[in-house]
Amino acid sequence: MGWFKRSPWLLHYNATSCNGCDIELIASLTPLYDLERFGIINTGNPKHADIFAVTGSVNEKSRQVLRNLYDQMPNPKVVVAVGICATSGCVFQDCYNVLGGIDKVLPVDVYVPGCAARPEAIIDGVLMACGILDEKYAQKKREKRRGAQIGHE
Amino acid sequence: MNGIYELMQEWYILERMLAFVLIAPLAGGLLAGIDRKVSARLQGRYGPPVMQPFFDVFKLLRKERIIVNKFQDFPILLFLLFTIFSGALFFAGADLLLTIFSMALAGTFFILGGFCVSSPYSHLGAEREIIQTLAYEPMIILTAVGMYQVTGSFKVADIAQYHAPLILYIPGVFAGYLYILTIKFRKSPFDLSMSHHAHQEIVRGITTEFSGPGLALIEITHWYETVLLLGIVYLFFAFNPWLALVMTAATFLFEIFIDMNYARFKWQLAFLSTWLFTAVAGASNIILLSLMQR
Repeated sequence: MGWFKRSPWLLHYNATSCNGCDIELIASLTPLYDLERFGIINTGNPKHADIFAVTGSVNEKSRQVLRNLYDQMPNPKVVVAVGICATSGCVFQDCYNVLGGIDKVLPVDVYVPGCAARPEAIIDGVLMACGILDEKYAQKKREKRRGAQIGHE
Repeated sequence: MNGIYELMQEWYILERMLAFVLIAPLAGGLLAGIDRKVSARLQGRYGPPVMQPFFDVFKLLRKERIIVNKFQDFPILLFLLFTIFSGALFFAGADLLLTIFSMALAGTFFILGGFCVSSPYSHLGAEREIIQTLAYEPMIILTAVGMYQVTGSFKVADIAQYHAPLILYIPGVFAGYLYILTIKFRKSPFDLSMSHHAHQEIVRGITTEFSGPGLALIEITHWYETVLLLGIVYLFFAFNPWLALVMTAATFLFEIFIDMNYARFKWQLAFLSTWLFTAVAGASNIILLSLMQR
């Protein structure tokens, strides 16, 4: 049980971020923080990914890409909004050109605040997302079983 | 240690094949885990647990099955079946040539799997895989030829029980085999078609369009492949089983070391250098041996 918790593969997308959070996200792969010790791999391929880490305060252009990437990921999947821009839009939220937060486009499961978000905070958020992955899988299984039971009746 | 051979001989061929089918994925997965751990340590990282490849596969099997077209998983299934078949033949002590040919067929199905989707990344990976196959295939056949020249038999059981050390007769062939082993293990500098490293896009190559259970099958196939390839390394030292085991482990660690130390080659260089090395080390060794035996 709990295989998702042990092997979460990560997809990272920069939705008009200033690159600060992206650098921190990549930094958490370095020997100092070493994300891989939790089995986390930065895949760069939506079809392999379980966790979608998004940075930046989404605009009209990146919205389509974001949606496209999310749709290509196989279930169960979770979205992690990394950085305060991805969480709420931060100081840019009133700007005409940004949507202000990933949750305007995708259902976000974990919010990691910070400008830029620290690698420790990112790792914490990603590990929290792992738990949600397992929950989502269990829930789907329950629904399937219930569906089968209803079918029998 | 010689008891293993006697035990093997007592079994029927089907039992030996079944033993391979059951034990090889455990050994291969463990080796993959050790690979990742050692690689991480060489990079100054802590690294994932040794059981990580098993966790990955169990997770992938639980993921949703997304396929691009209905043929996509079919070649991959054949890739797995033919790899298992060739490995089972090898460890049952059957013909080495047949093992090699069915391994080549398995590789062909993997390439077809890459070509049957429309992603350009996948196509690029499959094209590179073809070039790699072209690069390593001569040396694999030369390995079988060299072993035949020394022992007078293509049967793995006969080669494994040959009284003299094979490595003293065909050191060049062994060197050549070591060279192409890097390609077969998908290690740098030859991991053109797909890589296990945390790089992106093009590097995922053939596996780009595979997700969930399909990707799990590819992983499991690689475990079988690893065990089979290390089995061929074992044959070179089979006159002393303990030495052979140590050398097999040393070869595996050596490949990891090479992987960590080299950047990726361009395909031209990968292809040319492999054929050159095959000619210089492998072919010349066989020519010399045939002159000496005359």
